[in-house]
Amino acid sequence: MYYNVFGEKVSKTRFKEMVNAQKNRRELIGANQFSRRDLMRMGLLSGAGYLVAKSGLSGQAWGQSAPSGPINQPASPFTRSFVTAMPVMPIHQPVASLTPTPTVDPNTAAGEGRTAPHQALTVFPPQKFYQTVQQIAPIFVSPDLPLQQLYTFDGFSPGPTYVAHYQEPILVRNFNNIPNGPQPSGFGVPSVTTHLHNSHTPSESDGNPCDFFNSGQFYDQHYPNQYAGVLSDFIGQGGDINEAMSTLWYHDHMIGATSQNVYKGLAGFYFLFNDHDTGNETTGFRLPTFPDFDIPMMFADRVFDQDGAMAFDLMNLDGILGDKFLTNGVVQPFFKVHPRKYRLRWLNTGISRFVQMFLTDPSNLGTDQVFFQICKDGNLLPQPIQVTSCTMGVAERADVIIDFSQYAGKSLFIENRLQQIDGRGPTDVVLPAGQGENYVRIDVTLPKVKDNSGDPRFMKFYDLPALEAPRISRTFHFDRLNGQWSINGIFMDCNDDGPKVRVRVGLNTAEHWILSNLSGDWEHPIHIHFEEHRLLSRDRATPPPPEQGRNDVTRVKHNNRNELFFRFRDFHGHYPMHCHNLVHEDHAMMLLWFIDPNGGDNNQLP
Amino acid sequence: METTRRRLIQLAAFAPLASAFVLGEEKKKATSSAAAISPAAVPKMLPELAPGVTLGPLANHKPSLSPREQAHQRYFPDVTLTTHEGKKVNFYNDLIKGKIVTLNFMFADCQEICPLVTANLAKVQEQLGGRVGKDIFMYSFSLQGQDSPAKLKAYRKAYNIQPGWTFLTGNLDTMELLRRKLGFTYPDPKTDGDKTQHIGNFRFGSEPLIMWETMPGMANPRYLVEMISYVEAEHQGHPKGAREIFHSAARGKG
Repeated sequence: MYYNVFGEKVSKTRFKEMVNAQKNRRELIGANQFSRRDLMRMGLLSGAGYLVAKSGLSGQAWGQSAPSGPINQPASPFTRSFVTAMPVMPIHQPVASLTPTPTVDPNTAAGEGRTAPHQALTVFPPQKFYQTVQQIAPIFVSPDLPLQQLYTFDGFSPGPTYVAHYQEPILVRNFNNIPNGPQPSGFGVPSVTTHLHNSHTPSESDGNPCDFFNSGQFYDQHYPNQYAGVLSDFIGQGGDINEAMSTLWYHDHMIGATSQNVYKGLAGFYFLFNDHDTGNETTGFRLPTFPDFDIPMMFADRVFDQDGAMAFDLMNLDGILGDKFLTNGVVQPFFKVHPRKYRLRWLNTGISRFVQMFLTDPSNLGTDQVFFQICKDGNLLPQPIQVTSCTMGVAERADVIIDFSQYAGKSLFIENRLQQIDGRGPTDVVLPAGQGENYVRIDVTLPKVKDNSGDPRFMKFYDLPALEAPRISRTFHFDRLNGQWSINGIFMDCNDDGPKVRVRVGLNTAEHWILSNLSGDWEHPIHIHFEEHRLLSRDRATPPPPEQGRNDVTRVKHNNRNELFFRFRDFHGHYPMHCHNLVHEDHAMMLLWFIDPNGGDNNQLP
Repeated sequence: METTRRRLIQLAAFAPLASAFVLGEEKKKATSSAAAISPAAVPKMLPELAPGVTLGPLANHKPSLSPREQAHQRYFPDVTLTTHEGKKVNFYNDLIKGKIVTLNFMFADCQEICPLVTANLAKVQEQLGGRVGKDIFMYSFSLQGQDSPAKLKAYRKAYNIQPGWTFLTGNLDTMELLRRKLGFTYPDPKTDGDKTQHIGNFRFGSEPLIMWETMPGMANPRYLVEMISYVEAEHQGHPKGAREIFHSAARGKG
């Protein structure tokens, strides 16, 4: 049986038309081969900006990826591509002090929603204080859409970028000022918890989904900004330099509603610099200077309803795929660059889409452009890797260096060519150049300027942290049972906490975790909080080069066997492991595990 | 200078903001007290548009429906169902509107998974106690049109289901529409045709709040009760934080 988006039965012929329409529409607009005026002239676009609902081009076919899929998702109205300059998020500025003064124990009387005392506030006293307010604010996404009433950090979505430095602990006071009651556009939950992904942070400051706080409350998060090992095997040395991270991001993690709240805008970048990754191209690793030539790019896909308001299908269980492609919060912007080397920090925030980003030169579609990947999940690789694309599941990051001097005067696209038609995962079809989805157009039109940054061919970063014999090897089967996500057949419970939880690891020990996927034709980007892991093998073979270093998200395909090396150092308490397809996470492909100062359990199949 | 002028014109073009802009309302800075912070009236960041680009027809468009009415139209069709007692009810008006509800699908002849989910949800009902039928309404929908009210009534009795948890049936097309509107679906048509693939999940929410969550129907019943309690507290206007919601003591502590 075949249905349209309104749940009405349609004939097989009509359904085929709708699927074709989706394909045609994407080919016409996604590849930007036709302007709005062209479409109007061809009679394919109505005056109001909607594609005419006939001729196999109905926009309503978009949400209809399969005859059995969800039927509530609308198709977005028409938007012009590459007419808005790409915004760059402002840098978050510290405040002189906080009132009331932060306390070790939760300041419940003053309205703090924290549930556990700070374990390292006096060990790493904050040198800077920040405050951030989560509030609803109007946000521009496209000149063809109304201002969106989104969840923001201080009125910005994406939120302001934190510029942090190793060995400079900070404390962030997080206010929840989102009013209770029905939310604008009919989605979003007014309780929040902000996870700093994937900082080496004490549990109570991690932004655990089960540690949420409510409208009118605040929550102090202490970020020590220390290398892993600082209180254990590298004590007195400030931690293991080879555990240095560069590109982190923060996002809401509300239990059961992370997908809604992140979709609605709660995400931002957090950069960590040190004496090597200095943000200055004349020192250290000589990476392009921040912020002039070191640029964050947050990728997201969204869908908008017929009124132009951002739409979220509350009843979707598989994953929500947008038909509008946003960079730094704006639909398909353009970005002007100088003909020189840039460091671009790519992050896929989804909320469900896997991407494979290529650099497309429309005047030379036959050649895949070559650039350098320097980071995976915010971790500098031992050395840059020459690539033609970067694959990212939700929450994965890739920092790249692109030398635009060879493209002076040209326009290029950052194009996702990985085909995905529903929440199950990509089809493994890589579309031909020019037929994917362009997230941003890069115009190499600014004047020539000096480039003191190093040559990525000869750069050398950190060694990989040493491995050690694991105390135990555990296996986690990600499964689907009559529509319910489970891990080893057990379901999420926020009360899985403390020394009696199902997964108890010993403080300052190492383990192997084997992630396997028994859920059929679903792919899951699995994220484990706290320390970066090493992906030792996938199906007993060496993983592709960018994944051979440190990761905090590992993509797990059906029947995959991924063997991870993990350490759990310095801090204790509960942390989650979950699928970062946020729709899967919410219902509820997640478990809590616990770092116990008194030693771990021996359950190999917890 | 040209850029600045263009951006001012661009901002003024958003009609709802124009008056605030003319009055010179400044972006508000965060202060140390949450109470002193009010939402921004104008966007803090307005990206530059390419030369010659003006706002499109939807830029100043206002939705014709409230979010609540929109959710009604998207998810909650006005279809007629029959309860296990043989009473005709309207799905939206009689079952959903204004209420906190739980929703799941089942069918009487389902052998493997349904009994487990039903038995688990019976524990949820037991733990919710007198709130079911008063503050919270539980509904189970038959995936099979041929499940007669009498059959559902017998099924209900077999599980010792208490008042406040209603089992509903209807013609096959109605039940199929409901299943799809409520998203109990599978992307692949072949698997979607297998009824047992839809019955593990358990939804709950508040219609007036437009707040909906989903959990595995076989999750720990105590945890399901706690998650429902979160929605209930929000619905009643007395929100509860993690500390009040979860029963585990000394959370996060070793």
